[in-house]
Amino acid sequence: MVVTLLVVFVLASFVGVEIISKVPQTLHTPLMSGSNAVSGITVVGAIAATGMVDSPVAQWLGFVALVLATINVVGGYLVTDRMLQMFKKREPAKQGDTRAGDGR
Amino acid sequence: MSTLVNLAYLAAAALFIIGIKRMNSPATARAGNRLSAVGMLIAIVATLASARILSPWMIAGGLALGTVLGILLAVRVQMTQMPEMVAALNGLGGAASALVAWAEVSRYTAAQAEGFAGSAFARHGLAALDGRLVITITLSVLIGAVTFSGSFVAFGKLNGKISGNPVSFPGMRLVTSLLALVAVAAVAFPLVMLGDSGFDAGPLAVSTLVLGVVALVLGVLLVIPIGGADMPVVVSLLNSYSGLAAAATGFVLENQALIVSGALVGASGIILSKIMCDAMNRSLLNVLVGGFGGGAAEGGARSAAGLTVRTVTPDDAAVLLAYAGQVVVVPGYGLAVAQAQHVIRELVDLVQARGVRVKYAIHPVAGRMPGHMNVLLAEANVPYDQLFEMDEINDEFERTDAVLVIGANDVVNPAARTDPSSPIYGMPILNVDRARNVIVLKRSMAAGYSGVENELFYLPRTGMLFGDARKSLERLVQEIKAL
Repeated sequence: MVVTLLVVFVLASFVGVEIISKVPQTLHTPLMSGSNAVSGITVVGAIAATGMVDSPVAQWLGFVALVLATINVVGGYLVTDRMLQMFKKREPAKQGDTRAGDGR
Repeated sequence: MSTLVNLAYLAAAALFIIGIKRMNSPATARAGNRLSAVGMLIAIVATLASARILSPWMIAGGLALGTVLGILLAVRVQMTQMPEMVAALNGLGGAASALVAWAEVSRYTAAQAEGFAGSAFARHGLAALDGRLVITITLSVLIGAVTFSGSFVAFGKLNGKISGNPVSFPGMRLVTSLLALVAVAAVAFPLVMLGDSGFDAGPLAVSTLVLGVVALVLGVLLVIPIGGADMPVVVSLLNSYSGLAAAATGFVLENQALIVSGALVGASGIILSKIMCDAMNRSLLNVLVGGFGGGAAEGGARSAAGLTVRTVTPDDAAVLLAYAGQVVVVPGYGLAVAQAQHVIRELVDLVQARGVRVKYAIHPVAGRMPGHMNVLLAEANVPYDQLFEMDEINDEFERTDAVLVIGANDVVNPAARTDPSSPIYGMPILNVDRARNVIVLKRSMAAGYSGVENELFYLPRTGMLFGDARKSLERLVQEIKAL
Protein backbone atom coordinates (compact mmCIF):
# COMPACT_ATOMS: atom_id res chain seq x y z
CA MET A 1 0.00 0.00 0.00
CA VAL A 2 2.70 2.48 0.98
CA VAL A 3 4.57 1.77 -2.24
CA THR A 4 1.45 2.34 -4.33
CA LEU A 5 0.89 5.64 -2.57
CA LEU A 6 4.51 6.64 -3.15
CA VAL A 7 4.18 5.80 -6.83
CA VAL A 8 1.10 8.00 -7.03
CA PHE A 9 2.93 10.80 -5.21
CA VAL A 10 5.99 10.72 -7.45
CA LEU A 11 4.03 10.51 -10.70
CA ALA A 12 1.74 13.35 -9.65
CA SER A 13 4.80 15.46 -8.84
CA PHE A 14 6.09 14.99 -12.38
CA VAL A 15 2.73 15.99 -13.78
CA GLY A 16 2.81 19.10 -11.58
CA VAL A 17 6.22 20.12 -12.89
CA GLU A 18 5.17 19.53 -16.48
CA ILE A 19 1.97 21.55 -16.45
CA ILE A 20 3.40 24.49 -14.52
CA SER A 21 6.43 24.98 -16.73
CA LYS A 22 4.16 26.12 -19.55
CA VAL A 23 2.22 28.80 -17.70
CA PRO A 24 3.15 32.34 -18.81
CA GLN A 25 4.42 34.82 -16.25
CA THR A 26 1.33 36.99 -16.78
CA LEU A 27 -0.73 34.36 -15.05
CA HIS A 28 1.61 33.49 -12.19
CA THR A 29 -0.38 35.27 -9.50
CA PRO A 30 -3.70 33.60 -10.37
CA LEU A 31 -1.82 30.35 -10.81
CA MET A 32 -0.41 30.58 -7.31
CA SER A 33 -3.78 31.34 -5.85
CA GLY A 34 -5.46 28.62 -7.92
CA SER A 35 -2.99 25.93 -6.94
CA ASN A 36 -3.23 27.17 -3.39
CA ALA A 37 -6.95 26.43 -3.54
CA VAL A 38 -6.13 22.90 -4.69
CA SER A 39 -3.99 22.41 -1.60
CA GLY A 40 -7.17 23.04 0.37
CA ILE A 41 -7.92 19.41 -0.48
CA THR A 42 -6.99 18.87 3.18
CA VAL A 43 -10.67 19.60 3.67
CA VAL A 44 -11.25 15.96 2.74
CA GLY A 45 -9.07 14.85 5.64
CA ALA A 46 -10.76 17.36 7.91
CA ILE A 47 -14.19 15.96 7.09
CA ALA A 48 -12.99 12.49 8.00
CA ALA A 49 -11.52 13.74 11.27
CA THR A 50 -14.63 15.70 12.23
CA GLY A 51 -16.71 12.59 11.64
CA MET A 52 -14.85 10.71 14.39
CA VAL A 53 -17.08 10.84 17.41
CA ASP A 54 -14.94 8.40 19.38
CA SER A 55 -12.75 11.26 20.54
CA PRO A 56 -14.21 14.70 21.24
CA VAL A 57 -10.78 16.27 21.07
CA ALA A 58 -10.17 14.80 17.62
CA GLN A 59 -13.58 15.98 16.59
CA TRP A 60 -13.00 19.59 17.58
CA LEU A 61 -9.54 19.63 16.07
CA GLY A 62 -11.14 18.28 12.92
CA PHE A 63 -13.82 20.94 13.09
CA VAL A 64 -11.32 23.78 13.25
CA ALA A 65 -9.37 22.17 10.40
CA LEU A 66 -12.59 21.88 8.42
CA VAL A 67 -13.38 25.59 8.80
CA LEU A 68 -9.84 26.67 7.90
CA ALA A 69 -9.56 24.33 4.91
CA THR A 70 -12.98 25.40 3.63
CA ILE A 71 -11.92 29.06 3.81
CA ASN A 72 -8.81 28.09 1.87
CA VAL A 73 -10.83 26.28 -0.80
CA VAL A 74 -13.72 28.72 -1.20
CA GLY A 75 -11.64 31.87 -0.79
CA GLY A 76 -8.92 30.52 -3.06
CA TYR A 77 -11.16 29.64 -5.97
CA LEU A 78 -13.24 32.82 -5.72
CA VAL A 79 -10.23 35.11 -5.55
CA THR A 80 -8.64 33.33 -8.50
CA ASP A 81 -11.86 33.68 -10.45
CA ARG A 82 -12.00 37.40 -9.63
CA MET A 83 -8.49 37.86 -10.94
CA LEU A 84 -8.99 35.83 -14.10
CA GLN A 85 -12.24 37.53 -14.91
CA MET A 86 -10.23 40.68 -15.53
CA PHE A 87 -7.96 39.23 -18.17
CA LYS A 88 -9.72 40.33 -21.30
CA LYS A 89 -8.65 40.87 -24.85
CA ARG A 90 -8.86 44.40 -26.18
CA GLU A 91 -12.49 45.38 -26.65
CA PRO A 92 -13.23 45.41 -30.41
CA ALA A 93 -14.30 49.06 -30.68
CA LYS A 94 -11.25 50.78 -29.32
CA GLN A 95 -9.84 53.90 -30.83
CA GLY A 96 -6.48 54.57 -32.37
CA ASP A 97 -3.79 52.56 -34.01
CA THR A 98 -1.88 51.26 -31.05
CA ARG A 99 -1.35 47.88 -32.54
CA ALA A 100 2.12 48.54 -33.90
CA GLY A 101 3.68 45.95 -31.61
CA ASP A 102 2.34 42.67 -32.89
CA GLY A 103 1.70 41.42 -29.39
CA ARG A 104 1.94 37.77 -28.73
CA MET B 1 -18.34 1.61 -2.32
CA SER B 2 -14.72 2.41 -1.75
CA THR B 3 -14.06 1.81 -5.44
CA LEU B 4 -16.66 4.42 -6.33
CA VAL B 5 -15.13 6.92 -3.95
CA ASN B 6 -11.67 6.31 -5.33
CA LEU B 7 -12.99 6.78 -8.86
CA ALA B 8 -14.49 10.09 -7.74
CA TYR B 9 -11.08 11.09 -6.33
CA LEU B 10 -9.48 10.12 -9.63
CA ALA B 11 -11.97 12.33 -11.48
CA ALA B 12 -11.19 15.18 -9.09
CA ALA B 13 -7.45 14.78 -9.63
CA ALA B 14 -7.91 14.74 -13.39
CA LEU B 15 -9.96 17.94 -13.18
CA PHE B 16 -7.24 19.61 -11.06
CA ILE B 17 -4.65 18.72 -13.69
CA ILE B 18 -6.74 19.86 -16.65
CA GLY B 19 -7.71 22.99 -14.73
CA ILE B 20 -4.14 24.01 -13.98
CA LYS B 21 -3.13 23.14 -17.53
CA ARG B 22 -5.76 25.50 -18.89
CA MET B 23 -4.16 28.27 -16.91
CA ASN B 24 -1.45 28.49 -19.54
CA SER B 25 -3.44 31.04 -21.51
CA PRO B 26 -5.52 33.99 -20.33
CA ALA B 27 -8.27 32.91 -22.72
CA THR B 28 -8.86 29.54 -21.06
CA ALA B 29 -7.65 30.26 -17.54
CA ARG B 30 -10.98 31.17 -16.02
CA ALA B 31 -12.68 28.04 -17.31
CA GLY B 32 -9.71 26.06 -16.04
CA ASN B 33 -10.04 27.45 -12.55
CA ARG B 34 -13.72 26.53 -12.55
CA LEU B 35 -12.95 22.98 -13.67
CA SER B 36 -10.55 22.71 -10.78
CA ALA B 37 -13.26 23.96 -8.40
CA VAL B 38 -15.66 21.34 -9.76
CA GLY B 39 -13.00 18.72 -9.04
CA MET B 40 -12.82 19.94 -5.45
CA LEU B 41 -16.59 19.75 -5.12
CA ILE B 42 -16.57 16.16 -6.40
CA ALA B 43 -13.86 15.21 -3.89
CA ILE B 44 -15.80 16.78 -1.01
CA VAL B 45 -19.10 15.20 -1.96
CA ALA B 46 -17.47 11.78 -2.37
CA THR B 47 -15.92 12.10 1.08
CA LEU B 48 -19.18 13.18 2.65
CA ALA B 49 -20.90 10.22 1.07
CA SER B 50 -18.31 7.71 2.18
CA ALA B 51 -16.83 8.73 5.53
CA ARG B 52 -18.19 7.24 8.72
CA ILE B 53 -20.06 10.37 9.59
CA LEU B 54 -21.63 10.35 12.98
CA SER B 55 -21.79 14.08 13.47
CA PRO B 56 -23.46 15.53 10.38
CA TRP B 57 -24.35 18.85 12.00
CA MET B 58 -20.82 19.60 13.00
CA ILE B 59 -19.62 18.91 9.49
CA ALA B 60 -22.39 20.94 7.90
CA GLY B 61 -21.64 23.77 10.34
CA GLY B 62 -17.92 23.68 9.60
CA LEU B 63 -18.45 23.70 5.86
CA ALA B 64 -21.01 26.51 6.09
CA LEU B 65 -18.86 28.66 8.38
CA GLY B 66 -15.79 28.18 6.20
CA THR B 67 -17.75 28.96 3.05
CA VAL B 68 -19.21 32.18 4.43
CA LEU B 69 -15.84 33.37 5.72
CA GLY B 70 -14.17 32.38 2.45
CA ILE B 71 -16.70 34.31 0.38
CA LEU B 72 -16.43 37.37 2.62
CA LEU B 73 -12.65 37.39 2.35
CA ALA B 74 -12.63 36.83 -1.40
CA VAL B 75 -15.18 39.51 -2.16
CA ARG B 76 -13.69 42.15 0.08
CA VAL B 77 -10.03 41.84 -0.79
CA GLN B 78 -8.66 44.45 -3.16
CA MET B 79 -6.62 43.53 -6.18
CA THR B 80 -3.59 45.30 -4.75
CA GLN B 81 -3.78 43.02 -1.71
CA MET B 82 -3.76 39.78 -3.68
CA PRO B 83 -0.26 38.71 -2.66
CA GLU B 84 -1.00 38.86 1.05
CA MET B 85 -4.38 37.23 0.50
CA VAL B 86 -2.70 34.24 -1.14
CA ALA B 87 -0.21 34.09 1.74
CA ALA B 88 -2.98 34.12 4.34
CA LEU B 89 -5.10 31.46 2.61
CA ASN B 90 -2.01 29.35 2.22
CA GLY B 91 -1.32 29.62 5.96
CA LEU B 92 -4.83 28.38 6.73
CA GLY B 93 -4.31 25.36 4.48
CA GLY B 94 -1.10 24.52 6.32
CA ALA B 95 -2.81 24.87 9.70
CA ALA B 96 -5.61 22.57 8.56
CA SER B 97 -3.12 19.83 7.64
CA ALA B 98 -1.40 20.07 11.01
CA LEU B 99 -4.76 19.99 12.83
CA VAL B 100 -5.91 16.90 10.95
CA ALA B 101 -2.71 15.14 12.00
CA TRP B 102 -3.25 16.21 15.62
CA ALA B 103 -6.81 14.93 15.45
CA GLU B 104 -5.47 11.55 14.36
CA VAL B 105 -3.04 11.53 17.29
CA SER B 106 -5.76 12.38 19.77
CA ARG B 107 -7.86 9.50 18.49
CA TYR B 108 -5.01 7.20 19.43
CA THR B 109 -4.53 8.74 22.86
CA ALA B 110 -8.27 8.65 23.52
CA ALA B 111 -8.45 4.97 22.58
CA GLN B 112 -5.42 4.18 24.70
CA ALA B 113 -7.05 5.83 27.72
CA GLU B 114 -9.57 3.02 27.68
CA GLY B 115 -7.02 0.41 28.58
CA PHE B 116 -4.71 -1.88 26.74
CA ALA B 117 -3.83 0.04 23.63
CA GLY B 118 -3.69 -2.76 21.09
CA SER B 119 -7.23 -4.01 21.50
CA ALA B 120 -8.57 -0.46 22.09
CA PHE B 121 -7.06 0.70 18.81
CA ALA B 122 -8.67 -2.19 17.01
CA ARG B 123 -12.04 -1.49 18.65
CA HIS B 124 -11.91 2.05 17.26
CA GLY B 125 -10.86 0.94 13.82
CA LEU B 126 -7.36 2.32 14.28
CA ALA B 127 -4.38 0.64 12.69
CA ALA B 128 -1.45 -0.29 14.90
CA LEU B 129 1.03 2.54 15.11
CA ASP B 130 3.77 1.70 12.66
CA GLY B 131 6.69 3.60 11.21
CA ARG B 132 4.66 4.87 8.25
CA LEU B 133 2.00 6.41 10.49
CA VAL B 134 4.50 7.96 12.85
CA ILE B 135 6.56 9.51 10.07
CA THR B 136 3.61 10.84 8.10
CA ILE B 137 1.81 12.23 11.15
CA THR B 138 4.90 14.01 12.43
CA LEU B 139 5.69 15.36 8.96
CA SER B 140 2.13 16.64 8.58
CA VAL B 141 2.43 18.55 11.84
CA LEU B 142 5.91 19.85 11.05
CA ILE B 143 5.23 21.03 7.50
CA GLY B 144 1.73 22.25 8.27
CA ALA B 145 2.79 24.36 11.24
CA VAL B 146 5.83 25.82 9.44
CA THR B 147 3.57 26.72 6.53
CA PHE B 148 1.09 28.37 8.89
CA SER B 149 3.45 30.63 10.82
CA GLY B 150 5.71 31.27 7.81
CA SER B 151 2.76 32.31 5.66
CA PHE B 152 1.48 34.73 8.25
CA VAL B 153 4.90 36.34 8.62
CA ALA B 154 4.94 36.72 4.82
CA PHE B 155 1.41 38.13 5.07
CA GLY B 156 2.62 40.71 7.61
CA LYS B 157 5.61 41.65 5.52
CA LEU B 158 3.51 42.04 2.39
CA ASN B 159 0.96 44.34 3.96
CA GLY B 160 3.53 46.27 5.95
CA LYS B 161 2.50 45.16 9.45
CA ILE B 162 5.95 43.61 9.83
CA SER B 163 9.05 45.41 8.59
CA GLY B 164 9.88 44.50 5.02
CA ASN B 165 13.55 44.71 5.86
CA PRO B 166 15.35 41.51 6.67
CA VAL B 167 15.05 41.08 10.44
CA SER B 168 17.68 39.16 12.35
CA PHE B 169 19.36 39.02 15.71
CA PRO B 170 22.77 37.76 16.79
CA GLY B 171 22.85 34.00 16.89
CA MET B 172 19.67 33.62 14.88
CA ARG B 173 21.19 31.05 12.52
CA LEU B 174 22.31 29.06 15.56
CA VAL B 175 18.83 29.15 17.11
CA THR B 176 17.28 28.10 13.80
CA SER B 177 19.72 25.21 13.46
CA LEU B 178 19.12 24.08 17.04
CA LEU B 179 15.37 24.16 16.54
CA ALA B 180 15.74 22.17 13.35
CA LEU B 181 17.70 19.57 15.33
CA VAL B 182 14.96 19.46 17.97
CA ALA B 183 12.45 18.92 15.19
CA VAL B 184 14.44 15.99 13.80
CA ALA B 185 14.69 14.53 17.29
CA ALA B 186 10.94 14.96 17.79
CA VAL B 187 10.30 12.98 14.61
CA ALA B 188 12.79 10.30 15.62
CA PHE B 189 11.67 9.94 19.25
CA PRO B 190 8.35 8.12 18.68
CA LEU B 191 10.02 5.99 15.99
CA VAL B 192 12.63 4.80 18.45
CA MET B 193 10.05 4.27 21.19
CA LEU B 194 7.87 2.31 18.80
CA GLY B 195 9.73 -0.93 19.28
CA ASP B 196 7.77 -3.62 17.58
CA SER B 197 4.61 -3.48 19.62
CA GLY B 198 3.22 -0.34 18.02
CA PHE B 199 0.78 0.04 20.83
CA ASP B 200 1.83 3.15 22.69
CA ALA B 201 0.60 6.50 21.45
CA GLY B 202 2.21 8.42 24.36
CA PRO B 203 5.56 9.22 22.69
CA LEU B 204 3.78 10.27 19.52
CA ALA B 205 1.52 12.66 21.44
CA VAL B 206 4.49 14.26 23.19
CA SER B 207 6.43 14.45 19.95
CA THR B 208 3.67 16.11 17.95
CA LEU B 209 3.08 18.69 20.69
CA VAL B 210 6.77 19.61 20.80
CA LEU B 211 6.94 19.57 17.02
CA GLY B 212 3.96 21.89 16.74
CA VAL B 213 5.57 24.54 18.94
CA VAL B 214 9.02 24.15 17.39
CA ALA B 215 7.60 24.29 13.87
CA LEU B 216 5.63 27.47 14.58
CA VAL B 217 8.79 29.20 15.79
CA LEU B 218 10.79 27.76 12.89
CA GLY B 219 8.31 29.13 10.37
CA VAL B 220 8.79 32.62 11.80
CA LEU B 221 12.58 32.35 11.96
CA LEU B 222 12.82 31.04 8.41
CA VAL B 223 10.79 33.83 6.83
CA ILE B 224 11.60 36.87 8.94
CA PRO B 225 15.24 37.27 7.76
CA ILE B 226 14.10 37.42 4.14
CA GLY B 227 13.53 40.85 2.60
CA GLY B 228 10.07 41.95 1.56
CA ALA B 229 11.07 42.05 -2.10
CA ASP B 230 11.66 38.32 -2.01
CA MET B 231 8.29 37.50 -0.44
CA PRO B 232 6.78 36.30 -3.75
CA VAL B 233 9.36 33.53 -3.90
CA VAL B 234 8.68 32.72 -0.26
CA VAL B 235 4.90 32.63 -0.73
CA SER B 236 5.32 30.36 -3.72
CA LEU B 237 7.61 28.08 -1.74
CA LEU B 238 5.22 28.03 1.23
CA ASN B 239 2.47 27.18 -1.22
CA SER B 240 4.57 24.23 -2.20
CA TYR B 241 4.92 23.27 1.49
CA SER B 242 1.18 23.43 2.02
CA GLY B 243 0.84 20.98 -0.87
CA LEU B 244 3.43 18.70 0.71
CA ALA B 245 1.62 18.97 4.04
CA ALA B 246 -1.60 17.90 2.32
CA ALA B 247 0.24 15.00 0.69
CA ALA B 248 1.69 13.95 4.06
CA THR B 249 -1.82 14.01 5.53
CA GLY B 250 -2.86 11.87 2.56
CA PHE B 251 -0.25 9.28 3.56
CA VAL B 252 -1.61 9.34 7.13
CA LEU B 253 -5.18 8.74 5.97
CA GLU B 254 -4.18 6.59 2.98
CA ASN B 255 -6.18 8.96 0.83
CA GLN B 256 -5.09 9.20 -2.80
CA ALA B 257 -6.98 12.43 -3.50
CA LEU B 258 -4.88 14.22 -0.91
CA ILE B 259 -1.67 12.67 -2.19
CA VAL B 260 -2.23 13.52 -5.85
CA SER B 261 -3.37 17.09 -5.21
CA GLY B 262 -0.69 17.66 -2.63
CA ALA B 263 2.02 16.42 -4.98
CA LEU B 264 0.68 18.62 -7.80
CA VAL B 265 0.76 21.72 -5.64
CA GLY B 266 4.07 20.77 -4.06
CA ALA B 267 5.79 20.34 -7.41
CA SER B 268 4.20 23.37 -9.01
CA GLY B 269 5.14 25.64 -6.11
CA ILE B 270 8.77 24.61 -6.29
CA ILE B 271 8.92 25.09 -10.06
CA LEU B 272 7.26 28.47 -9.79
CA SER B 273 9.75 29.56 -7.12
CA LYS B 274 12.56 28.48 -9.37
CA ILE B 275 11.15 30.39 -12.34
CA MET B 276 10.98 33.51 -10.17
CA CYS B 277 14.51 33.09 -8.89
CA ASP B 278 15.77 32.66 -12.45
CA ALA B 279 14.07 35.94 -13.33
CA MET B 280 16.16 37.65 -10.64
CA ASN B 281 19.27 35.73 -11.58
CA ARG B 282 19.61 34.37 -8.06
CA SER B 283 19.50 30.89 -6.67
CA LEU B 284 16.70 29.71 -4.44
CA LEU B 285 19.23 29.14 -1.68
CA ASN B 286 20.47 32.72 -2.03
CA VAL B 287 16.92 33.97 -1.54
CA LEU B 288 16.23 31.72 1.44
CA VAL B 289 19.45 32.49 3.26
CA GLY B 290 18.21 36.05 3.13
CA GLY B 291 19.90 39.25 4.11
CA PHE B 292 19.40 40.71 0.64
CA GLY B 293 18.95 44.44 1.04
CA GLY B 294 20.50 44.65 4.50
CA GLY B 295 24.19 44.90 3.71
CA ALA B 296 23.67 46.80 0.50
CA ALA B 297 25.06 50.11 1.69
CA GLU B 298 28.64 49.95 0.38
CA GLY B 299 27.65 49.01 -3.13
CA GLY B 300 25.20 51.81 -3.66
CA ALA B 301 26.48 54.74 -1.63
CA ARG B 302 28.95 55.57 -4.37
CA SER B 303 26.49 56.86 -6.91
CA ALA B 304 24.61 59.16 -4.57
CA ALA B 305 27.49 61.46 -3.72
CA GLY B 306 27.89 64.65 -5.72
CA LEU B 307 25.15 63.91 -8.20
CA THR B 308 22.07 65.97 -8.63
CA VAL B 309 18.59 64.98 -9.49
CA ARG B 310 16.59 66.85 -12.07
CA THR B 311 12.93 67.31 -11.28
CA VAL B 312 10.39 67.77 -14.01
CA THR B 313 7.14 69.68 -13.80
CA PRO B 314 3.86 67.97 -14.71
CA ASP B 315 3.32 70.24 -17.73
CA ASP B 316 6.78 69.45 -19.14
CA ALA B 317 6.19 65.75 -18.60
CA ALA B 318 2.78 66.01 -20.26
CA VAL B 319 4.32 67.60 -23.37
CA LEU B 320 6.98 64.89 -23.52
CA LEU B 321 4.36 62.18 -23.42
CA ALA B 322 1.81 63.78 -25.70
CA TYR B 323 4.27 64.51 -28.54
CA ALA B 324 6.24 61.28 -28.38
CA GLY B 325 6.24 58.66 -31.13
CA GLN B 326 6.44 55.78 -28.71
CA VAL B 327 5.96 55.73 -24.95
CA VAL B 328 6.75 52.79 -22.70
CA VAL B 329 5.14 52.59 -19.28
CA VAL B 330 7.07 50.70 -16.59
CA PRO B 331 4.82 49.99 -13.61
CA GLY B 332 6.17 48.89 -10.25
CA TYR B 333 5.02 48.38 -6.71
CA GLY B 334 4.42 52.13 -6.31
CA LEU B 335 1.57 51.79 -8.79
CA ALA B 336 -0.05 49.16 -6.59
CA VAL B 337 0.47 51.12 -3.37
CA ALA B 338 -1.05 54.26 -4.85
CA GLN B 339 -3.88 52.28 -6.49
CA ALA B 340 -3.00 54.13 -9.67
CA GLN B 341 -3.93 51.44 -12.20
CA HIS B 342 -7.10 53.21 -13.37
CA VAL B 343 -5.47 56.61 -13.73
CA ILE B 344 -2.58 55.25 -15.77
CA ARG B 345 -5.08 53.66 -18.09
CA GLU B 346 -6.87 56.99 -18.47
CA LEU B 347 -3.57 58.70 -19.18
CA VAL B 348 -2.59 56.09 -21.75
CA ASP B 349 -5.98 56.35 -23.46
CA LEU B 350 -5.54 60.10 -23.78
CA VAL B 351 -2.05 59.78 -25.20
CA GLN B 352 -3.09 57.01 -27.58
CA ALA B 353 -5.91 59.18 -28.85
CA ARG B 354 -3.22 61.62 -29.94
CA GLY B 355 -1.59 58.91 -32.02
CA VAL B 356 1.20 57.91 -29.66
CA ARG B 357 2.18 54.24 -29.53
CA VAL B 358 2.08 53.05 -25.92
CA LYS B 359 3.40 49.80 -24.53
CA TYR B 360 3.66 48.53 -20.99
CA ALA B 361 6.91 46.85 -20.01
CA ILE B 362 6.43 44.27 -17.27
CA HIS B 363 9.48 43.07 -15.39
CA PRO B 364 9.14 39.49 -14.12
CA VAL B 365 9.42 40.58 -10.49
CA ALA B 366 7.73 43.98 -10.71
CA GLY B 367 5.41 44.43 -7.77
CA ARG B 368 5.28 41.98 -4.94
CA MET B 369 4.41 38.91 -6.92
CA PRO B 370 5.07 37.71 -10.45
CA GLY B 371 2.19 38.81 -12.59
CA HIS B 372 1.08 41.29 -9.91
CA MET B 373 1.22 44.17 -12.40
CA ASN B 374 -0.65 42.15 -15.01
CA VAL B 375 -3.49 41.55 -12.56
CA LEU B 376 -3.68 45.22 -11.58
CA LEU B 377 -3.62 46.49 -15.15
CA ALA B 378 -6.15 43.88 -16.16
CA GLU B 379 -8.39 45.20 -13.40
CA ALA B 380 -8.16 48.62 -15.05
CA ASN B 381 -9.14 47.03 -18.37
CA VAL B 382 -5.77 47.40 -20.00
CA PRO B 383 -5.80 44.87 -22.85
CA TYR B 384 -3.16 42.26 -22.20
CA ASP B 385 -1.73 42.53 -25.70
CA GLN B 386 -0.38 45.95 -24.73
CA LEU B 387 1.70 44.35 -22.00
CA PHE B 388 5.18 43.18 -22.97
CA GLU B 389 7.56 41.01 -21.06
CA MET B 390 11.13 42.09 -20.47
CA ASP B 391 12.70 40.11 -23.30
CA GLU B 392 10.12 41.27 -25.79
CA ILE B 393 10.60 44.94 -25.12
CA ASN B 394 14.18 45.43 -23.99
CA ASP B 395 15.51 46.15 -27.49
CA GLU B 396 12.86 48.78 -28.06
CA PHE B 397 13.92 51.28 -25.43
CA GLU B 398 16.51 52.79 -27.76
CA ARG B 399 13.69 53.67 -30.15
CA THR B 400 11.44 54.99 -27.39
CA ASP B 401 10.95 58.71 -26.91
CA ALA B 402 9.69 58.66 -23.36
CA VAL B 403 9.57 56.07 -20.63
CA LEU B 404 7.21 56.58 -17.74
CA VAL B 405 8.48 54.73 -14.68
CA ILE B 406 5.77 54.48 -12.03
CA GLY B 407 7.01 53.44 -8.61
CA ALA B 408 9.55 50.97 -9.95
CA ASN B 409 13.14 51.08 -8.81
CA ASP B 410 15.40 48.04 -8.66
CA VAL B 411 14.03 46.55 -11.87
CA VAL B 412 15.22 49.61 -13.85
CA ASN B 413 18.55 50.12 -12.05
CA PRO B 414 21.38 50.07 -14.62
CA ALA B 415 23.82 49.09 -11.84
CA ALA B 416 22.53 45.56 -12.31
CA ARG B 417 24.22 45.65 -15.71
CA THR B 418 27.25 47.80 -15.04
CA ASP B 419 28.37 47.69 -11.41
CA PRO B 420 29.79 44.34 -10.27
CA SER B 421 29.93 45.61 -6.68
CA SER B 422 26.19 46.18 -6.57
CA PRO B 423 24.14 43.57 -4.70
CA ILE B 424 21.72 43.42 -7.59
CA TYR B 425 24.48 42.97 -10.19
CA GLY B 426 23.47 40.34 -12.71
CA MET B 427 19.73 40.70 -12.22
CA PRO B 428 18.09 41.15 -15.62
CA ILE B 429 16.59 44.64 -15.82
CA LEU B 430 14.52 46.74 -18.16
CA ASN B 431 16.95 48.91 -20.14
CA VAL B 432 15.06 52.09 -19.41
CA ASP B 433 18.28 54.13 -19.32
CA ARG B 434 18.64 53.66 -23.07
CA ALA B 435 15.47 55.58 -23.90
CA ARG B 436 15.65 59.21 -25.04
CA ASN B 437 13.72 60.55 -22.06
CA VAL B 438 12.77 59.02 -18.76
CA ILE B 439 10.12 60.33 -16.40
CA VAL B 440 10.19 58.74 -12.98
CA LEU B 441 7.18 59.03 -10.68
CA LYS B 442 8.36 58.39 -7.17
CA ARG B 443 7.40 59.40 -3.68
CA SER B 444 10.88 60.37 -2.52
CA MET B 445 14.51 59.59 -3.17
CA ALA B 446 14.36 56.59 -0.86
CA ALA B 447 16.10 53.49 -2.15
CA GLY B 448 14.20 50.51 -3.52
CA TYR B 449 13.49 47.27 -1.70
CA SER B 450 17.01 46.05 -2.21
CA GLY B 451 18.26 49.22 -0.52
CA VAL B 452 20.45 50.11 -3.50
CA GLU B 453 20.84 53.61 -4.93
CA ASN B 454 19.65 53.95 -8.52
CA GLU B 455 21.90 55.70 -11.03
CA LEU B 456 19.01 56.03 -13.42
CA PHE B 457 17.58 58.84 -11.31
CA TYR B 458 20.74 60.90 -11.75
CA LEU B 459 21.00 60.66 -15.53
CA PRO B 460 20.65 63.98 -17.39
CA ARG B 461 17.81 62.59 -19.48
CA THR B 462 15.84 61.53 -16.44
CA GLY B 463 13.26 63.83 -14.91
CA MET B 464 11.83 63.06 -11.48
CA LEU B 465 8.23 63.83 -10.63
CA PHE B 466 7.93 63.41 -6.87
CA GLY B 467 4.69 62.62 -5.10
CA ASP B 468 2.06 59.96 -4.74
CA ALA B 469 1.84 58.09 -8.05
CA ARG B 470 -1.90 58.51 -8.39
CA LYS B 471 -1.86 62.24 -7.67
CA SER B 472 1.03 62.75 -10.09
CA LEU B 473 -0.76 60.80 -12.80
CA GLU B 474 -3.97 62.75 -12.21
CA ARG B 475 -2.06 65.98 -12.72
CA LEU B 476 -0.51 64.59 -15.90
CA VAL B 477 -3.98 63.73 -17.15
CA GLN B 478 -5.16 67.29 -16.50
CA GLU B 479 -2.13 68.76 -18.23
CA ILE B 480 -2.55 66.56 -21.30
CA LYS B 481 -6.22 67.43 -21.53
CA ALA B 482 -5.24 71.10 -21.39
CA LEU B 483 -2.74 70.82 -24.24
